[in-house]
Amino acid sequence: MLAKRIIPCLDVRDGKVVKGINFVDIKEVGDPAECAIAYDAQGADEIVFLDITATHEGRGTMAEVVRKTAKHVFVPLTVGGGIRGVEDFRALLRAGADKVSVNSAAIKNPELISEAAAQFGSQCVVVAIDAKGDGAGRYRVHIHGGRIDTGLDAAEWAREAERRGAGEILLTSMDTDGTKNGFDLAMLNAICAAVRIPVIASGGGGKISDFTEVFRETDADAALAASIFHYGELSVMDVKTELARAGIPVRLL
Amino acid sequence: MIAIVDYGAGNLFSVKNALDFLGFESAITSERAALSRADKLILPGVGAFPDAMRKLEAAGLSEVIAREAERKPLLGICLGMQLLFDWGFEFEKTRGLGLIAGRVDLIEAPGLKIPHIGWSDVKRAASCPLSRGVKEGDRLYFVHSYKAVTDMRHIALYAEYGDLVPGLVFRGNVFGCQFHPEKSGAVGLGVLRNFCELE
Repeated sequence: MLAKRIIPCLDVRDGKVVKGINFVDIKEVGDPAECAIAYDAQGADEIVFLDITATHEGRGTMAEVVRKTAKHVFVPLTVGGGIRGVEDFRALLRAGADKVSVNSAAIKNPELISEAAAQFGSQCVVVAIDAKGDGAGRYRVHIHGGRIDTGLDAAEWAREAERRGAGEILLTSMDTDGTKNGFDLAMLNAICAAVRIPVIASGGGGKISDFTEVFRETDADAALAASIFHYGELSVMDVKTELARAGIPVRLL
Repeated sequence: MIAIVDYGAGNLFSVKNALDFLGFESAITSERAALSRADKLILPGVGAFPDAMRKLEAAGLSEVIAREAERKPLLGICLGMQLLFDWGFEFEKTRGLGLIAGRVDLIEAPGLKIPHIGWSDVKRAASCPLSRGVKEGDRLYFVHSYKAVTDMRHIALYAEYGDLVPGLVFRGNVFGCQFHPEKSGAVGLGVLRNFCELE
């Protein structure tokens, strides 16, 4: 049986790990490669680097961070944030990333998904969707760190991403992100029902029971979280041990 | 020296990083002479079967690989593993390298997600030097939508995803991993080490 994945996310700015609360208010801590090695040792099933300010301030030193990390970490590495075109995919994959997640640029130019999938394979194309509920069971896609409402319906956009060759959807609920009050189960169910590709849950994971809940109540394939792991409130293995106890398939070391 | 075949498809650098980490000398190359000189070959690959075969043929590498595989160990990874078989059926029927009898078909897994992405537990089947140390239930990292269909005597490890998904296949000196040994943590590195240590 396929394991449910636990994915710690490292928000990176100018080559250093930071963690944003609700996408603003940033505190700086740590070296990304060191953090990734620590997460690998804790049993992370995959590690995500998110270049959080790249959209506004241009490409950072992400390729170098990935190059350094990939020499020591032998689980999949995903990089996102500020990806503009196929060239960014190429540079990051060459540096040792296994997947690249694309968000705003894919909304502006959906053809980017098709091009990247054709050139590098669907397995490396993750479409990240930041969405917000309208209170009536529909979810609207936001871009630029959540500042711009595109008006697009998240389920429709996820379907289009799949049709164009995305390998996975990374779904962040802006309503639960930063709250540590649990994942957005309703939003996850809406998006999982819309596509057949794997969906990664993001936004709101704050305690162990949030992870058991997201796998019990939705079809999400993986759960991503940043601050609870980053500040050492829980280790990845704490979460996985509890999931295993709850009968959810996970990879134990 | 282990030659990692560069034919413009696949994450060669991850494989190289893993071999460096394990302490085995390797080189990424597309030179036919280097493939002939190497002690072992690794054929990586991500992307689509027809495109990869076209690239291998355009670079004049398919013949060299088939010839060298008769005298030295060859390991195909992911798409590189699929290319070892006779035929691929991704998009169009395409002839593979024909080193292991079998074909590559779309995964049939009603109700399950495609691609098959993530850590699947494996079961052991035929005895193979590369699966030494891998226990039943160990998890390895898979990312694929197509799978090999071959005789059980060629299957050393398999996962169950809808139906049987070969994870580690072999015939003589020719080996193939559907999972990514370079991305499967300590268990995966163990499989790579087994390959590197083959005589």
